[in-house]
Amino acid sequence: MTSFLQNIVNALQWGSFYALIALGYSMVYGVLMLFNFAHGDIFMVGAYIGFFVSTGLVALSALGALTLPSWLILTLTIIVAMFLTSFVGMLVERIGYRPLRGAPRASAAITGLMIGIILETGNLALLGAQRVSFPALIESVTYNIGGVFVTNKKVLIVVVSLLLMFALHQFVQRTKWGMAMRAMAVDFVVVPLMGVPLNTIAALTFALGSGLAAAAGILFGVAYPVLDPYMGILFGWKAFVAAILGGRGSILGAALAGFLLGFIEIFVAAIFPSTLRDLIAYSIILLILTFRPHGFFGEAYSAKLRL
Amino acid sequence: MPLLQIDQMTHYFGGLRAVHDYNLEIEPGQIRGLIGPNGAGKTTIFNLITGIYSPTEGDIRLEGKDIFGLQPYQIASLGLGRTFQNLRLWRHMTVLEHVMQARYSKLTYGLLGAFFGTPKRQREEAESRKMSNELLELIGVRHLADQIVVNLPYGAQRRVEMARALATEPKILFLDEPTAGMNTEELAQMMATIRQVHKELGLAIFLIEHRMKFVMELCDIIQTLVFGEVIAEGTPAEIQNNPAVIEAYLGKEIET
Repeated sequence: MTSFLQNIVNALQWGSFYALIALGYSMVYGVLMLFNFAHGDIFMVGAYIGFFVSTGLVALSALGALTLPSWLILTLTIIVAMFLTSFVGMLVERIGYRPLRGAPRASAAITGLMIGIILETGNLALLGAQRVSFPALIESVTYNIGGVFVTNKKVLIVVVSLLLMFALHQFVQRTKWGMAMRAMAVDFVVVPLMGVPLNTIAALTFALGSGLAAAAGILFGVAYPVLDPYMGILFGWKAFVAAILGGRGSILGAALAGFLLGFIEIFVAAIFPSTLRDLIAYSIILLILTFRPHGFFGEAYSAKLRL
Repeated sequence: MPLLQIDQMTHYFGGLRAVHDYNLEIEPGQIRGLIGPNGAGKTTIFNLITGIYSPTEGDIRLEGKDIFGLQPYQIASLGLGRTFQNLRLWRHMTVLEHVMQARYSKLTYGLLGAFFGTPKRQREEAESRKMSNELLELIGVRHLADQIVVNLPYGAQRRVEMARALATEPKILFLDEPTAGMNTEELAQMMATIRQVHKELGLAIFLIEHRMKFVMELCDIIQTLVFGEVIAEGTPAEIQNNPAVIEAYLGKEIET
C-alpha cells in the first residue's frame, strides 16, 4: 500500500512535466492544425534560459550585490524564463511556420523537426557538449507521511504545474484572446471576418505554449538538475503522445493525458523491469488510441479546417 | 459619398473568369439584393469584398477608404460584417460567447488585463456583455444565450450567425442566403427580424437570396448576376419584368 501511494506521488510529479509540455502541443495543434515538433526543444531552451537566469541571480547574491532568498530566485527564474521563452516560441512561429501557412502540412511538420535540430545543435555550438547543472535553489526536505516519502520539491512541482494549468484554463475560457483561440480551433476561416487578426492569435498560442514548456523545463531542472541539449527530444515525443491522447485542442484532455502518461510509466516501471518501461507503457497507449482515435476529448473534424 | 463603392472588379480563378467588371454602389441605409442562378459567382463577390480572396483587379472603397488588398480582419473592423451560406458557427461555444467574441476589435484591454483582471478589463467586459445581450434580444435569441450552439435548432443557429455579424458593429451587413433551408413561417420571421435590425441599427444590408418573394419585398435595388456578370440592375419591379432576367431564370422562348 505504501509503495502504491509512493508511486502515485512520483507519478504526479512525472506527469506534471508531460502535462505542461503537452498543453503547448495541444494548443498549437488545436488552433493552427499544426504539429510543432520543435516544442520538445523549446522545453530544452526554456530549461537552459532558466539555468542562465537562476545562475546569474545566484551569482549576484553571492557577490552581495543582491540579497535574495532562494525561493524568490526560483520564482523570478520561472517568471523571467517563461517570458523570454515565449519570445522564442513566437520567433519559431514567425520565421518557421508563418511563411508556410498555405503549404502542405507535411512541410510544416518537417519545418518543426528542422527547427528542433537547429535549436539542439545551436545550443551545442554555443555551449559545448558538456552538460550543465541547474543550481540547487531549494534545499530538499523529505517528509515521511505514513511511510510515503514526499519531498518539498515534488509538492512544489505539482502545485506550480496545477496553478499554471488553471491560469491557462482561465485565460482560454474568459479572455477575448482565449475565445479567439477556441473559435479558431473550430472554424478559423470565420475568425478574421469577426475582426480578429489570425497572426496575433497564432503568435500568442505559440507564446503561451512555450512559456509553459519553459516552466516545465525549470521544474525539471529543480528535480533532475542535469541539462543537456538533447533532453527535449524524448520528452517532446512523449508529450506529443499525451496531446494526441487528450484530443485535439483540449486543454483538460492534454493535462489529464499528461498525468495519465506519468502514471502509466511509473506503475509499469514498478511492476516490470525498468528497461521494458517505455515498451509496455506505449503499447498500452497504442491500444487506447486504437479504440479512441480522436483521444479523450477530441472529435472528428473536417479537412476544411486547414489553415 | 456611397457607403460601399466597387468599380470594375474582376476576378480569375486560374484561367476561369469568375467575376467580370462588377460595379456596385450602396448608399447608407440601403437594402440591396444580389440574385442569380447557382454558380453565378454571388458568394465569390462576397468573398472578394470581405477580403477572403483578393480580386485580380478592381477598386473597392468603404466610406471612401480604399480597402482593396486589406486583410479580412481589417476589413471587418472597418465596418463590414457578414454571415455565411452554410452555417459556420463555433460548435462548442455558447450563443453569448459567439457574440462576445465578435466584439474582439472593440475590446482594448491588454495582456496584463487578460492575466490579472484589471479594472479596465472588468469594465470593458461588463459593457460588452450588456451590448451582446441587447443584440441577442433584438435578434430574438436572448433566451438561448447560455446554450451551446450545436444544440440549437437550425433557424436559431441562423439567427446566432446574424447576431455575431452584428456584434462587430458593421456599417454594412452582408447576408449570404439568410433564409436557406427555412420553411415559410421561419422565412416570414426572418424577414421581420431583418426589417427590425435595419430599422433599429440603421445599417445598410447587402444580401444574396434565392427566394424571390423575400428579395422583392425587402430590397430597394437588386442586381442579377449570371456567369459572373451583372445582366440587370434595378428596382424589384424593373427586375421582375426584365427580359434578360426572365431568360436567365426560365430559359429562352423558342421562336417558332
